[in-house]
Amino acid sequence: MKVDFSSFAKTLRTRKLTIVVHAIAWGIAFIWIIPFLGVFMSSIRPYEEVQFGWWNFQSFHLTLESFSDVWVGKTSSFPLNSAMMSSLIVTIPSTFIPIGVAALAAYSFARFSFRTKDMLFLIIFLLQAIPQQMVIIPVYTLMNNLSLLNTYMGLILLHTAFGLPWQILFLRNFFSTLPVEVEEAARVDGASYFKIFYKIVLPMSLPALASIVALQFVWVWNDFFFALTMIQTPSMRLATQIIPANVGRLEKNWSLLSAASIIVTIVPVAIYAALQRYYVRGITAGAVKG
Amino acid sequence: MKGRTITPILFLIPAFFLLMLFVFYPIVDTIYISFLKKGTGDFIGLQNYRHVLFGAVYPLVNTRNIVLGEFPMGSLIHNILWIAIHLPLTMFFGLLLAVLLRDVKGGAILKSIIFLGMVTPLVVGGVLLRFMLDVDAGVANVVLRDIGLGSFVRDWRAFPDTALISVILGSVWIWTGFCMIVYSAGLQGIPVELYEAAKIDGASRWKTFWRITVPMLKSTTLVVVTMTVLWELKVFDMVFVATQGGPGGASRVLAYDMWLEGFYTPYNFGTAAAMAVFLTILTFGFAAYMVSRMSKS
Repeated sequence: MKVDFSSFAKTLRTRKLTIVVHAIAWGIAFIWIIPFLGVFMSSIRPYEEVQFGWWNFQSFHLTLESFSDVWVGKTSSFPLNSAMMSSLIVTIPSTFIPIGVAALAAYSFARFSFRTKDMLFLIIFLLQAIPQQMVIIPVYTLMNNLSLLNTYMGLILLHTAFGLPWQILFLRNFFSTLPVEVEEAARVDGASYFKIFYKIVLPMSLPALASIVALQFVWVWNDFFFALTMIQTPSMRLATQIIPANVGRLEKNWSLLSAASIIVTIVPVAIYAALQRYYVRGITAGAVKG
Repeated sequence: MKGRTITPILFLIPAFFLLMLFVFYPIVDTIYISFLKKGTGDFIGLQNYRHVLFGAVYPLVNTRNIVLGEFPMGSLIHNILWIAIHLPLTMFFGLLLAVLLRDVKGGAILKSIIFLGMVTPLVVGGVLLRFMLDVDAGVANVVLRDIGLGSFVRDWRAFPDTALISVILGSVWIWTGFCMIVYSAGLQGIPVELYEAAKIDGASRWKTFWRITVPMLKSTTLVVVTMTVLWELKVFDMVFVATQGGPGGASRVLAYDMWLEGFYTPYNFGTAAAMAVFLTILTFGFAAYMVSRMSKS
């Protein structure tokens, strides 16, 4: 029997290559994960142990004290408990109100034809590129005049308006892919446009709505600029505002800063974990705002 | 669907009202304010623009320092440097990770973890950067010490010549997850038959990558470039937490400058508005250019 050495050598070479590719991939991925690892290790160990690096394991004690400390603000840090609550109070309405408003507008763009429609649509498309800094001065004055400055209501309204352009685009694209036959049949049966919209169109659009919930929630929760300019009373500050304030106070206490970072980050991470598929779909649809 | 009703207009009203009040009107008003003098409200033409570009304590373009090669060079230049360094690095690592992790065991999990950087609040990103660069407890300096570069150990944020670059590199770490995820989706869109045909023809992996993968990812790349550049221009939170624009303005960027000018000190809405207009010209101009390119291809 003749042994085919050349093919043997070839499989050997492919296998070697596969191992190398795995090593490189896992290596780079590991480097990428190190900062998260550091924060995690520092948060569950007392400060004295991680002072000169969380990779020192001469003494090793597990403790959740850092978490409870920053939660109530014991060690001269600002407490996170009320700030987390405030963030939720702002984020939940700022996620769901714009979806309703955007869905109505997107349906109008997707299904009806009227003059100036294309023009309006182009404007909305380009609005996505507008930075927050471009609106904040007049908004600040306006909110002040409406007595909405330093209120969660004002911040919710601002997030609602700023979230609309990309949501309208994203939903219009989705609505355009839905078959119109069902809606036309309902129309023949005498259903009103609004009824068709919320009885037929919205239920069919749940995947798209889930994408918007995931992206908008994470975006509003993580926002810092609008919160910084709108909310000034220290006791009213949101979670993202507490982080820089604590950096100033705690300086180099990496255990406390790590614990605070994890508490603030855990909420958007949970949303991402629960809605990962929809989150990624929303991002890759090119409908992300930065 | 056609109907002679006012319904489509009614459906647009809530969105129109909110956009009008909190987006359209403020944009126009910001442009108007940028021509006004602080306090008096007198119309002073382009004086605010000239002042923030060249005249301020921290001008957007610091010609003297640019010639000397010293920081601060001005926020406008810092933003451009940000793009020049951050864009190629995130695209390279994003594509590399997308391609590598596609065929690797456990790749999906690794991708999810790398992508965590994207859902992490950027203020936390700033804390992470401080942590990594810390002289005593930071990973970066220990690695330097261990590979025999002990003389380079220092707080990189605290020196004018390295403050900006250290924040930029930190933001590469945060943003690469975005490029990776979008490229991963792009890779899925490439027909398998192309790879099979290449295999039958005996093309090497390297050749397959350059002749099939890269050209097929062209439209994906346009999306990645657009989103990444917009993000780079708008960067604010990380600078706020990691360096506060310092030391001596060495890591200031446009968005941060605008906030300082209007809401910290000197509380000058006129000059702050001029900065916002500069920033918007960049983001809006770039977005419009990329959109026209995308619709062409």
